[in-house]
Amino acid sequence: MNARARGANVGPDVWHQIFNFANYGDLLDLVHNSIVAGAVLGILGGLISTFVMMRDLPFAVHGTSELSFAGAAAALLFGADVVVGSLVGSLAAALVIGALGSRARDRNSVIGVLMPFGLGLGVLFLALYKGRAANKFGLLTGQIVAVDTPQLAWLIGVSVVVTIGLAIIWRPLIFASTDPELAAARGVPVAMLSPLFMLLLGLAVAMSVQVIGALLVLSIICTPAAAAMCVTASPRMVPALSVLFGLVSTVGGILLALGSSIPISPYVTTVSFAIYVVCRLVGARRAKRGWVSVKAGRHGLRTSAD
Amino acid sequence: MTRPLIAARCGGVSGRMSAVPEPVLQLRAASLRLGQRTLWSGLDLDVRPGEFLAVLGANGSGKTTLLRVLLGLLPLSAGEVLVEGHPARRGSRRIGYIQQHQRVDPRTPLRVKDVVRLGLDGHRWGFGRPRHVPWDLVEQALAAVAAQHLADTPIGLLSGGEQQRTRIAQALVSEPTLLLCDEPLLSLDPSSQGTITALIDARRRQRDTAVLFVTHEINPVLPYVDRVLYLAGGRFRVGSVDEVLNSATLSELYGAPIEVIRSGNRILVAGVPEVHEHTHHPLPPDAVATG
Repeated sequence: MNARARGANVGPDVWHQIFNFANYGDLLDLVHNSIVAGAVLGILGGLISTFVMMRDLPFAVHGTSELSFAGAAAALLFGADVVVGSLVGSLAAALVIGALGSRARDRNSVIGVLMPFGLGLGVLFLALYKGRAANKFGLLTGQIVAVDTPQLAWLIGVSVVVTIGLAIIWRPLIFASTDPELAAARGVPVAMLSPLFMLLLGLAVAMSVQVIGALLVLSIICTPAAAAMCVTASPRMVPALSVLFGLVSTVGGILLALGSSIPISPYVTTVSFAIYVVCRLVGARRAKRGWVSVKAGRHGLRTSAD
Repeated sequence: MTRPLIAARCGGVSGRMSAVPEPVLQLRAASLRLGQRTLWSGLDLDVRPGEFLAVLGANGSGKTTLLRVLLGLLPLSAGEVLVEGHPARRGSRRIGYIQQHQRVDPRTPLRVKDVVRLGLDGHRWGFGRPRHVPWDLVEQALAAVAAQHLADTPIGLLSGGEQQRTRIAQALVSEPTLLLCDEPLLSLDPSSQGTITALIDARRRQRDTAVLFVTHEINPVLPYVDRVLYLAGGRFRVGSVDEVLNSATLSELYGAPIEVIRSGNRILVAGVPEVHEHTHHPLPPDAVATG
């Protein structure tokens, strides 16, 4: 955080900066809003990251978050509501990505072009902005401690909308994500689902940018499901575990970070990453033994493919 | 415009049925143009329950496009298409569809039984209440392709042949009366090819499901084929294997000398001119096998 953390002074002092649990009870009261925000975000991220993984969209999430950052920075500069700004940026990105690229290659090149442009715009707006420096840095790396009540209301409202939207398109979206041609033949409106999902994703990204920061969004809108998919292939267990992992990452990260002088994001990203590593190891072990379910194993049937 | 030399109605339906049943599929003077190009025109075709119709033709001759029309994904330019007496429409439960084998991401979070279930209710909104999932139907469909033991295995971990068996179960779980197969044997090993064709054949014999089998390679399905629809250069022929797959008929169809050689239980076709249209699967320029 400052010069003392570098060089010869690395020692107990740094640990004290990273972990400090003095007056923990008092602090908990202060960050009540942040914990609720983290929980909501963990659930939302866990749910939507299931489809982000199935549809191979992590790069799109990153691109969307950069444009969301640009929108939020513009709002900061022009004195508008930052939440609205980040929503506008995020939805614009989601619509462009959804409309232009149905094939992964098209999509990735569109995102690759959009992302630096968005980030550049954001840097420009922040450079022009004369307000608090903490506001600037927060958009990129998170400001979860600073979640105020209107922001929390936004977060909860949008999360409810996204969750209901996902619940409605859940089954056809799984079908369209795994086998688009067959799904279209069976009457699933595949062409409509893709932009609709991007819209929901844009909303979720904009909310995450508010809290975790534009650069770190993937740790809650990609990692949880990526971890879950290492250990299960059940279409119910993946979102369930993913939500659990998201929740543990955000709330756990906030609780660990309390009292330290460091932003909350590194705690969230580290917990999230640790969960992924553990799942990966468990999954590797499972793959080695053959992916045998309990039931099939009892019958002594070989179920893994050669 | 070309009229079929051999009328569709005199096809070689096996004599199992005494009364002539209603056709499952009817095409009447059907034409399809894509841009400037006419894929086929004046196509009349009746497919009866339990019939196995192989659809052959070079790349770009409109085989897959025909399936897209039957699936209701593409309108005809002229004529009509009736499935069980009703105009073809998108998402009909009466039609099962099996595509060519595609690689499935090993991390796909679906087990075999989940994939089959999507064939039943994957098009419905919502996520489906856990207690109301018709797992018994899924199990029957898996049993019909001898894949019950795979039910809990992640789809991405199966071999190509096992994935195709899953796709058959997925296509059949909604009890279709017409089964459309688009090159289902492509990139499978010969033994899996045999298994897949035998399963499809068993289904149409036991349940009278009509089968339209698009392929560029007739030999794996030769023992099962009742009739052949051969598409080439905007024209077509319908008839039994012997009526269509001979040097004279194919030479006339292509307007170029084609050599058809029958060698034991195999048919080899040589000299099919290369098509310059875009192709969706590679084929050797001088196709040795039928097609």
